[in-house]
Amino acid sequence: MSQTYAVVAVTVVVLATVLIGGFGLRISRTTSDFYVASRTVGPRLNAAAISGEYLSAASFLGIAGLVLVHGPDMLWYPVGYTAGYLVLLLFVAAPLRRSGAYTLPDFAEGRLESQAVRRLVSVFVIGAGWLYLVPQLQGAGLTLAILTGAPDWLGPAVVATVVVLAVAAGGMRSITFVQAFQYWLKLTALLVPALFLVLAWQDDGRPSVPAGFPAGVPALSIANSLGRADHPLYATYGLIVATFLGTMGLPHVVVRFYTSPDGRSARRTTVVVLALIGGFYLLPPVYGALGRLYASELSLTGDADATVLLLPDRMIGGVGGDLLGALVAGGAFAAFLSTASGLTMAVAGVLTQESRGVRHFRLATLLAMAIPLAGALLTTGVPVADAVGMAFAVSASSFCPLLVLGIWWRRLTPPGAVAGLLLGGGSALIAVSVTMSGAVPPGWPHTLLAWPAVWSVPVGFLAMVLVSLATPARIPPGTHAAMTRFHLPEALR
Amino acid sequence: MSVEPAPRRERVTGEPRRVRPLPRYRAQSEIDEQTALGGAYVRSLIRSQLRAGLTAFAFLALLAGTLPLAFAALRSATAVWLVLGFGAYPLLTLIAWWYVRRAERNERDFARLVEGRPAP
Repeated sequence: MSQTYAVVAVTVVVLATVLIGGFGLRISRTTSDFYVASRTVGPRLNAAAISGEYLSAASFLGIAGLVLVHGPDMLWYPVGYTAGYLVLLLFVAAPLRRSGAYTLPDFAEGRLESQAVRRLVSVFVIGAGWLYLVPQLQGAGLTLAILTGAPDWLGPAVVATVVVLAVAAGGMRSITFVQAFQYWLKLTALLVPALFLVLAWQDDGRPSVPAGFPAGVPALSIANSLGRADHPLYATYGLIVATFLGTMGLPHVVVRFYTSPDGRSARRTTVVVLALIGGFYLLPPVYGALGRLYASELSLTGDADATVLLLPDRMIGGVGGDLLGALVAGGAFAAFLSTASGLTMAVAGVLTQESRGVRHFRLATLLAMAIPLAGALLTTGVPVADAVGMAFAVSASSFCPLLVLGIWWRRLTPPGAVAGLLLGGGSALIAVSVTMSGAVPPGWPHTLLAWPAVWSVPVGFLAMVLVSLATPARIPPGTHAAMTRFHLPEALR
Repeated sequence: MSVEPAPRRERVTGEPRRVRPLPRYRAQSEIDEQTALGGAYVRSLIRSQLRAGLTAFAFLALLAGTLPLAFAALRSATAVWLVLGFGAYPLLTLIAWWYVRRAERNERDFARLVEGRPAP
């Protein structure tokens, strides 16, 4: 494959990101611009920005790779990512916007009036954000290495530099434009090549996609460590619970809701987001299915994440294949850049909560990116899907109970919240870390620990409810006022 | 010649603009002052919104809970491709659209209640 086109495509995407970020710099003036784009982003622009930010390396590259290796059951991933937004809409979107808080720690403190809860939530948010940033950077390394033969450190370094420049320069205002642009770029970058690939498949006489898979399941492919093989049905439920309930707590998802002007537009924005990401997710399965036909050996070499990148060259070839491959590469880079900027934005927002100001924000951006960059360069071979799945499971067992009970249940107390966060989120985190260390024997123990959400989410909810009921004297005095603020339409205030 | 000195020019301004409009309706002041009646109004709103959310969530949970079992029973890869690859997304968007309509209607009904307007 010719490297020139891919290098040009990636360079164009990076330059466009910096330029649009710079355009934001010219209109980003105030502190409010930096953090919440002055809360003036209308539903359509905001929905494109949210979708652009949400569709990460795991969506753009990971799903097709998983489908290639494990078959159509893996389609629960994109369905879960989308359904997670629906659950967020049903229970969180409008009240969270009306709460007036900026980050999850702000929400926790405003609702529970407790510094201890705030600090604990901050630790979880920063941890989840870094956990999610590492695979974005590693995905960039993989893409550059496969397409151009560049050394592994180059991709993470490029993404980290561009994100720090764009975020530190213009904050939320410019990031909103960048991410909205990147949604449409990602959609085009998968849609156009997919059309050509399907045409090539028709020319080929429409061979049918093998349902089973050639013998020799890979020893070290992406999803193998997820332990699906033992008990696939349980693993599917674990995946459903983690993605359906975990989305609402992801730091970069939550922060975006504060850029809507009011609760009603936060709700409407979410419906548009659902339509946009649902439309996008029609495409990765096409690549997965064609990958099973034309690139099945990728599952044996452990490079399944590269399916999307390699298919145009495999099926079409020539200059056309090179051009389409370059388009896909540009889209993949947009995926890393947009998700990484959203996460950096969110982590920097939490890091600077003691002293909000433009200069502090810029310094925090550096810190927010430096640590996951070090993590991405030092740890190798942690699969993209694993780290992302881990973040979802932890978020579903800690932030989901906190948000849902905090918004809808008057009897939540600070000790209850702390107990739920530690028992639910903590046990999920430990379970997944133990699995990744490889010390668990195969069979039920492995499956239970690799897919903790089925039991850790109930643990989180139960701990929060029971401890709150046991400490009724600690119900914050401002509970009624807070609940009224969450649910009352803005027009009646 | 005794001419009265011209009176000093005085700047006349309007009364300061109110930052926050006074509550226009009795029910609204009940809510703002957090009386028992105001609390009951807010609780009724929260309950109706929670009911809307739970209805949609129950539908979603029913689908997500039974589909993996159905797929395992059918053993048909084509069904999985069709349902998860294409069918799921329009359905999710439809549920969201239904919920937003219902939630906004709840808020309109509540506003009507607070402002003392009769139901249409």
